[in-house]
Amino acid sequence: MIATLPQDTRRWTTVMAVVLALGTVWTFLSRVPPAATTGGAPPPSAREGFSAPDFTLDLLGGGQVTLSELRGKAVMVNLWASWCPPCRAEMPAIENVYQAYKDRGFEVLAVNTTFQDSEAEAAAFAQNFSLTFPILLDRTGAVSARYLLRALPSTFFVDRQGVIRSVVIGGPMSEAVIQSKVEDVLKETP
Amino acid sequence: MFPFFRLGPVLVQLPGLALLGGVWVGSSLAEKEAARLKLNAADVYNLIFYGLGAGVIGARLAYAARYLSAYLTNPLGLFALTPATLYPDAGLVIGVALAALFGWRRKLPLRPTLDALAPGLAAFLVALGLAHVLSGDAFGASAKLAWSIYLWDDYRHPAQIYETLAALAVFVITWKQPLGRTGDGLNSLLVVALSAAARIFLEAFRGDSVIWAGGFRAAQLMGLLLLAVCLWLMKTWAQPALPKEAKP
Repeated sequence: MIATLPQDTRRWTTVMAVVLALGTVWTFLSRVPPAATTGGAPPPSAREGFSAPDFTLDLLGGGQVTLSELRGKAVMVNLWASWCPPCRAEMPAIENVYQAYKDRGFEVLAVNTTFQDSEAEAAAFAQNFSLTFPILLDRTGAVSARYLLRALPSTFFVDRQGVIRSVVIGGPMSEAVIQSKVEDVLKETP
Repeated sequence: MFPFFRLGPVLVQLPGLALLGGVWVGSSLAEKEAARLKLNAADVYNLIFYGLGAGVIGARLAYAARYLSAYLTNPLGLFALTPATLYPDAGLVIGVALAALFGWRRKLPLRPTLDALAPGLAAFLVALGLAHVLSGDAFGASAKLAWSIYLWDDYRHPAQIYETLAALAVFVITWKQPLGRTGDGLNSLLVVALSAAARIFLEAFRGDSVIWAGGFRAAQLMGLLLLAVCLWLMKTWAQPALPKEAKP
């Protein structure tokens, strides 16, 4: 069955006017109230546009790191395991970018998924790749769960306000990909 | 939400798979419709694939152009299989421009070609909705309703399901009851107009809207503009063509 438009031009103009008027009224009524866009930091969740969920984890070699204490810096949170081939493949690129940008306020938190790896393997891995950024140990899997870990590696680029600006699931990321994402998060003024 | 599954060493991105399925179904429908409208089906098929190819390549090149120094140092990064390094808006413009250029070079008539593409576009929009269901993108505003879903740490409107159902309705309406005479372009305008109207209505339930001055949602304003253009074109194209003046 084929439908047809009304041949009467005036009737069609009326239909157009009514449809557009309804659309305009709905658009006006569904505006976002100012309070909703100026209400401070977005709620935490592991996705772009939300605040990065906070965590405190032990460091390989001693000490602790809390993500929220790095506010003012651009942070790359990378979840990895020593047995994961793409994680191994992208680590040298992460180290290169870290060396190039750390003086501009860039930090890498490499979260080892220790609950499915081992501290000894993580230490050997860090030594093997001569990693100079902090290696964190997620022994219970709580941080991986909070970041909805489904695939390794998973990387979250967090800006200076603590908001996730980009998420890359899987890998390996090339140096150009990491560099472009880091430049993005560094653009945010402290 | 079920964005990935691992197949041996390969991480399969299900939203991408849904989009590929949409391209496959959409291009098959467009090819069939082109044959029905007595167009060169191979040309219509090529138009889609050149447009898609140019769109993907253009999206990657436009992204690389924004971070030129990074990609000049590591040009192999251009070939990375990372969807997060695409610039979709630029890809859309480049893809449509190249498809239009191809159609013009192959002398494809505008309105019948648009009508041939219409069911394919409608089917692709259903797949896009499914891709959003799988990825959790295009998520809804916070709301505690009987049908709310828990996503991104809150109860929300299932905006992706609304989107999919609306796209399905547009597909069924324009497939079962196409508008206008065969190949006059009206049915393609109907697909776009109904999709724009659906977006204007459903955007109000989204939690990720781009907000412009005055709290207006960008997608609704763009949708209104698109709807107005479509309705005006429908009115113009529905007029019977005047007979050409006889040459002396």
